[in-house]
Amino acid sequence: MLKRVHFGPSALPYLLVTPQILITIVFFIWPASQALYQSLLIQDAFGLSTEFVWFENFQTLFEDHYYLDAFDRTIFFSVLVASLSMGFSLMLAAMADRVIKGATIYRTLLIWPYAVAPVVAGALWVFMFDPTLGIFTYMLMAFGYEWNHKLNGGEAMTLVVIASAWKQVAYNFLFFLAGMQSIPKSLIEAAAIDGAGPIRRFWTIILPLISPTTFFLLVVNIVYAFFETFGIVHAVTQGGPAKSTEILVYKVFNDGFVGLDLGGSAAQSVILMAMVIGLTVIQFRYVEKKVEYS
Amino acid sequence: MIENRPFITAISHIVLVIGVMIIAFPIWVTFVAATHDAVRMVQVPLPLWPGSHFFENLDQTLNKGIEGGVNQGVAMMMLNSLIMAMMIAVGKIAISLISAFAIVYFRFPFRMGFFWMIFITLMLPVEVRIIPTFEVVANLNLLNSYLGLSVPLIASATATFMFRQTFLTIPDELLEAARIDGAGPMRFFKDILLPMSRTNIAALFVILFIYGWNQYLWPLLVTTDRDMYTIVMAIKQMLEAAEQAPEWNVIMMTTLLAMLPPVAVVIFMQKLFVKGLTETEK
Repeated sequence: MLKRVHFGPSALPYLLVTPQILITIVFFIWPASQALYQSLLIQDAFGLSTEFVWFENFQTLFEDHYYLDAFDRTIFFSVLVASLSMGFSLMLAAMADRVIKGATIYRTLLIWPYAVAPVVAGALWVFMFDPTLGIFTYMLMAFGYEWNHKLNGGEAMTLVVIASAWKQVAYNFLFFLAGMQSIPKSLIEAAAIDGAGPIRRFWTIILPLISPTTFFLLVVNIVYAFFETFGIVHAVTQGGPAKSTEILVYKVFNDGFVGLDLGGSAAQSVILMAMVIGLTVIQFRYVEKKVEYS
Repeated sequence: MIENRPFITAISHIVLVIGVMIIAFPIWVTFVAATHDAVRMVQVPLPLWPGSHFFENLDQTLNKGIEGGVNQGVAMMMLNSLIMAMMIAVGKIAISLISAFAIVYFRFPFRMGFFWMIFITLMLPVEVRIIPTFEVVANLNLLNSYLGLSVPLIASATATFMFRQTFLTIPDELLEAARIDGAGPMRFFKDILLPMSRTNIAALFVILFIYGWNQYLWPLLVTTDRDMYTIVMAIKQMLEAAEQAPEWNVIMMTTLLAMLPPVAVVIFMQKLFVKGLTETEK
């Protein structure tokens, strides 16, 4: 934590931490405490009077079936995104780990979607599935299926899940491949000599040995699906049709900025903050730090 | 090579190529859409092979923009995005470097208090505290300014942690030697720590540039003035305009331009990118 050899006390260290601490207080701690405070208030529609109501906002939230639905939906959504994206990248990483020639080229070709902004990813997919013009809509039409995610909630959800998973494949692939490449070759060779085929080796050696990576990625993917997919939802469906893709982080924005329900929105923020803190603690406490990523 | 099984290797290649194609297909469609004119882009089925209007579309997108939408060329927005991304990346690196230096190399009262205060920011993504943060920025009169766009996103625990980690691996002997030679703290920081963390700074810069360029919700809230729009947020407005009169050739050209800088950074600085990604997450 601290160097054994260090500089003595002076005003300098305070000066050095000042910019960061100042920004942290002004833009993080103060707003977060405001959110905490506002979550205990009810404001009338014109902002003329406010009333301190303790936990009434939270109580209302947990009795509000729209909120509870959004909760379930978010969990459903994150599980789908995480499993789709992780499954796909695990398969690709296992293949890339096998081939010796070209593994780097494949990596280059697979990691760039990481750099695509969520809202841009949303725009790409919404274009391909446009109900009148989209290329996939056209293909589906050939099979007699009429795609319209603007009317069909299930289709809207599918589209948002695909776009979110697509963007996250890059990240998962990178970490899975690094995890697999750090497994000592001698282990795999020993198993091969004992007669285990590639598939057997994957299930009994590779998969258990990369489980710390898998767990780490699971947490990262859930955090991603919970908080970073706002741009995708905003571009693709705006939470619709009929709230069928309204996930929690979208609802906070919508209730606060569009619906102007400040107390309710602040209460939702507080719940989300508690969830991020929980996930971060899990990540720090349980993620194996011994894995060597290269 | 563990064993020679040409058949399985071939299958691996095939699966990988299919995977790459699935991942790259959206970009191909986008690129193709950006090379056709508006008339072709409303006829079903849409083309899958590039047309000849690439430079026309580029010119229209950069200088004129979309009718009925933002109605402004995206050249200015790209500049805004660039300024915002640079300010966020440079700002984060600068404040994290010095605060990590203070926390690792000095013993002073409240050191751990400061450390925890910085740690907390790790847990509060912008999305969950947008409304109060927006109020703070509005009260400080920072709406529609580069400072408002970048400063609230500058505080970062990850960067501070990464530099702390780097500094901890630098041998103590270096500090002892520097002190024997009469170097003060700032001299030591400038002549020894900075040069030794050069690769880490570069790797972090790559990650933060992408992070900054791709910001969406925050610019959406703090900019109402057209001259301050960033390209990433413009896409959403164009999509809304597309509900009435789709100009997919322009929208897809904008999309292409919006992802070009960060994607280029990932591809051309891949080593630094991978290093940055894996080290900030540890």
